[in-house]
Amino acid sequence: MRHIISILVENEPGVLSRVAGLFSGRGFNIETLNVAPTLTPGLSIMTITTHGDEQIIEQIIKQLRKLVTTLKVVDLTDSSSVEREMMLLRVDAEGIKRAEILRIVDIFRCKVVDVSPDELILEVTGEQGKLTALINLLQRYGIKEVARTGAVAMRRGMQG
Amino acid sequence: MELSGAQILLESLRKEGVDVVFGFPGGAVIDIYDHLPDYPIKHVLVRHEQGAIHAADGYARASGKVGVCLVTSGPGATNTVTGIATAYMDSIPVVIFTGQVPTPLIGNDAFQEVDIVGITRSCTKHNYLVKDVASLAYTIKEAFYLASSGRPGPVLVDIPKDVQQAVTEYRYPKTIKMRSYNPTFEPNIKQVRKVADLIAKAKKPVIYAGGGVISANAHEELTWLARTFKIPVTATLMALGCFPGDDPLWLGMLGMHGTFAANHAINNADLILAIGSRFDDRVTGKVSEFAKKATIVHIDIDPTSIQKNVLVHVPVVADCRAFLLALNRELAPRLEEGAAAPSHDKWLAQVAGWAAEHPLTYSREGAVIKPQAVVETIYRLTKGKAIITTEVGQNQMWAAQFYRYHKPRTFISSGGLGTMGYGFPAAIGAQMAFPDKLVIDVAGDGSIQMCIQELATAVCYELPVKIVILNNGYLGMVRQWQELFYAKNYCATCMDAAPDFVRLAEAYGAVGYRVTDPAEVEKTLKEAFALPRPVIVDVIVDREENVYPMVPAGKSITEMLLV
Repeated sequence: MRHIISILVENEPGVLSRVAGLFSGRGFNIETLNVAPTLTPGLSIMTITTHGDEQIIEQIIKQLRKLVTTLKVVDLTDSSSVEREMMLLRVDAEGIKRAEILRIVDIFRCKVVDVSPDELILEVTGEQGKLTALINLLQRYGIKEVARTGAVAMRRGMQG
Repeated sequence: MELSGAQILLESLRKEGVDVVFGFPGGAVIDIYDHLPDYPIKHVLVRHEQGAIHAADGYARASGKVGVCLVTSGPGATNTVTGIATAYMDSIPVVIFTGQVPTPLIGNDAFQEVDIVGITRSCTKHNYLVKDVASLAYTIKEAFYLASSGRPGPVLVDIPKDVQQAVTEYRYPKTIKMRSYNPTFEPNIKQVRKVADLIAKAKKPVIYAGGGVISANAHEELTWLARTFKIPVTATLMALGCFPGDDPLWLGMLGMHGTFAANHAINNADLILAIGSRFDDRVTGKVSEFAKKATIVHIDIDPTSIQKNVLVHVPVVADCRAFLLALNRELAPRLEEGAAAPSHDKWLAQVAGWAAEHPLTYSREGAVIKPQAVVETIYRLTKGKAIITTEVGQNQMWAAQFYRYHKPRTFISSGGLGTMGYGFPAAIGAQMAFPDKLVIDVAGDGSIQMCIQELATAVCYELPVKIVILNNGYLGMVRQWQELFYAKNYCATCMDAAPDFVRLAEAYGAVGYRVTDPAEVEKTLKEAFALPRPVIVDVIVDREENVYPMVPAGKSITEMLLV
């Protein structure tokens, strides 16, 4: 099963390598990985999506907690979390294709961030499923390039 | 007080109570060596950096203190990697200081530059590259704290030459607090009660002790628990000595070369107390067949050890000693009420039956020396009071099986990594920790050659370490596997062109003996042990003797090949 794991780490040299090395050394897989500083100086959040059964995910979480540079590890997989990923897409948009693409852009609430005579760059955010759906839809127009941030996630506030 | 980085290192070692450093100098650590004579720290100059790290490790295992190793950059650093991985696998507290090229040169492929922090990231508990002399003292404090707390392990500190030379105000922190590192020490009391309740109900309990009992110094509490409640005890290679080897409750080691009684007790128990052990594959054999009838309680200070290989019923994250103290406190009042535990007489009789059915044994016939008999003789002569180190392979297993360990930290062996060449330098380290004790390395003719150069170290520092080579002219354990599972295809296991170990010892300035006659073994060993000098006793043993019992790889631990 796919899991989103959020890791609060000391922002110091080598910390990414410690986390990545743990995954490769123990045969865990990383699907996406995102790192950025938090509001607290010296701390960063890493968000990793990975696959595994319950026992493997338990090992991954425990092993991450064991790293001396790790402060906190949370599994944000369940429904009480919000997940988002951003993607940039360079899509072929010559001639009459353009109008159709722009309609899809509208439906998916994407943004057009760059326009040229024969192509568009689109920006879209959403859950993994939404991004996959958009890719599937735009594939027939010709996607030339994709760049994705990998998922980030956050625990929701109080549930009604 | 203003000090240079090199002085800060040495001053900090003094403050940490380090009395001996095992090392080898080089360009990137000359500054440290330049100041070394000013400090009350003994330095043992080894002949190869692998010897330094193993010696520091052996010192740590024998004494319980943090072992310290100091080497130069590049090859000096990489030569310690095997030893670091050895210490990591067995959770041994060691701090390794490596020199590094000056910071402006880092990344430039400078002479003797290597990214040792990158190389050792996966085999240290933690490691540091110190780029600013201002953070050096704090980093050293942290390194010692990390190495010796929680689940112990090696910590490496890489210090560039310019940082050693830079000067700063020196202040050594008294305490340390890390927001990202707070190992659990005390057990959850609810879990402790649960364990006490299980003990109260168990009819067939077994204690399966691991290295955590040794590193937490929990042997007394463990012994009290076992003797008070008549619970038989088995232990891993790492935990030999945590329970007296002559106690009727002692089952011997378990696992691949464990005793018949220990393995059968495990697979027939209704309650297993796994204390500071980690269900290693050499212990469990086929995992799906392991201890199927038992409720398993697992105590470990490292949460990652729990539920890793075997799913357990009652996990407890705690220091082994803290747990046992809490458990014994919980059980003591129940004992007075007579409600602590049912009688295990029937179970003990069953266990004793297994022990009688297939004790550890070997064929005593023939005119050749049996390696097991050599180990038994060592035990008899030393009355179990020596510190035994081992190399890896058959010698290691025989030393584990045929010598009875009564005290913790008297059996020193590379368990997890299985590092040939470990035993002799480790014996040097143990001898440095206990100059008056008899320290014996039980070796094979193969593995002793992997760090034989340390004979010069032993001679130089007048360390009366004894090496007993069980010489069968083979890489015996691999040969045994080839015999049993590879149709006797003895490829690359015959050690042709072995040196004359007696003359080799003499060439180094040590003493050498050779024994070929079974009648001479005891006399020669006695003479060797009495000499206040390093000695090699080259014992020519039965060439094709095997280690039994043996559980073939992938089989259940009760499917044993017996003598």
